[in-house]
Amino acid sequence: MDLSLMIESLPRLLQGAVTTLKLLLLTELIGFVCALPLGILYANGSRAARAPIYGFVYFFRGTPLLVQIFIVYYGLAQFDFVRQSVLWPWLRQPFVCALIACALHSTAYTTNILRGAIQAVPAGEVEAARACGMSAFQVQRFIVLPIALRLMLPAYSNQAIGMLKGTSLASTITLMELTGVANTIVASTFSPYEVFIMAALIYLAITLVITRCFKYLEYALSKHQRPLKSTAAIPGQVRHAD
Amino acid sequence: MTADLFQGWGTQLFWGTMVTLKVAFLSLLAGLAIGLLVALAKLSASKTLRAAGDLYTTCVRGTPELLIILLVYFGSTVALSAALRRLGGENTYFEMPALGAGVLALSLVFGGYAAEIFRGAFLAIPPGQIEAARAFGMSPLTLFVHIRLPLMWRYALPALGNIWISLIKNTSLISVVGLEELMRVSYIATSVTRSPFHFYMLAAVIYLLLTIANSLIIEWLETRANRGVRRV
Repeated sequence: MDLSLMIESLPRLLQGAVTTLKLLLLTELIGFVCALPLGILYANGSRAARAPIYGFVYFFRGTPLLVQIFIVYYGLAQFDFVRQSVLWPWLRQPFVCALIACALHSTAYTTNILRGAIQAVPAGEVEAARACGMSAFQVQRFIVLPIALRLMLPAYSNQAIGMLKGTSLASTITLMELTGVANTIVASTFSPYEVFIMAALIYLAITLVITRCFKYLEYALSKHQRPLKSTAAIPGQVRHAD
Repeated sequence: MTADLFQGWGTQLFWGTMVTLKVAFLSLLAGLAIGLLVALAKLSASKTLRAAGDLYTTCVRGTPELLIILLVYFGSTVALSAALRRLGGENTYFEMPALGAGVLALSLVFGGYAAEIFRGAFLAIPPGQIEAARAFGMSPLTLFVHIRLPLMWRYALPALGNIWISLIKNTSLISVVGLEELMRVSYIATSVTRSPFHFYMLAAVIYLLLTIANSLIIEWLETRANRGVRRV
């Protein structure tokens, strides 16, 4: 182990990590915004509306992300109309292609998670809302979605971590994110242990931050489920620690 | 029609798919063994073993599979070359075969996820079952083989099915270190035929068929594992 090499390579690796984070945040942002209507439709829509969403989700969950990235980056260039379109200057950039593939991938997973969460909302809550005279929109907006969004958090945090690891595949289409930078440094120094372990530690740190953020979010959103902090002790009741 | 679909690459794609399946099954076997051992370590009474198990699963699950494959591939090449040089040969250079490195890396990843699943499944076994087995006078080994393992299997299967499907998809990453599996064959085919969209879509469809077929197998295994469960 060459400790000086590890420290030497750190600034370049951190630069790569910035690209990784940029890709991850944009991916998750686009993925969430697209998954919101799709997930609602997937859970509530008619059979005809659900079928295409089912196909979309099945395709993106059933094929490797690497294939999806290659289809977007190498595959689209096969068509002349793509190369002659106004979008071509963007579509030839590895970052944009990786973002398109990752965002579609993330949309499919998040749609599926959101559907599961919506279906897990207790029926009694929906019935109560209807009994109060809420319209179908109000039931979704004020009852179903807030509960579903909280229920989906654990699965969504796993999806975000999976996506963080997925961004490493962008290195295969020459994007210089964390794995790409690490691979380049290894190619010139040929000391794989130091550099790859350093990169792995950075990934671990990002994973830790993501898990912490979701834990906090979950805690903040379940205020109503926590026991009250300062109430007069009810005789005979055991208070649980928070 | 078929000739046009595969453009003369049908045989290569078929053998590429076979390599993909081979890698997946080898990693599955090794990964299940690693997962079981690590799960037992995490459940053991020894503090050191528990800490080692936690460290392993945290590291493996928090780093990208691609990085682990690269680390194992280049790392083992460097380590084995150095070991050979120490043994004799001045300029010996040993390149780790991509298949071995890929299987090692993927089974390490699979083992990390499987360990967490097995741990949860062992904990989900109703204590009454184990007490009953003890009351029958079963030895710890008999109890483990005939009571704990089959019951744990029932709870672990759904989650194991998910990581098995991920494992099949992750085999595509080994193409990066040059193993000629489905993805690599498609890559070679595109460089000759100059129709990348066609061949990557074809690869996607083959992966999709593999995952669909395996989901059906898992479903069958689940029904089989649950045949002793009374339904209400």
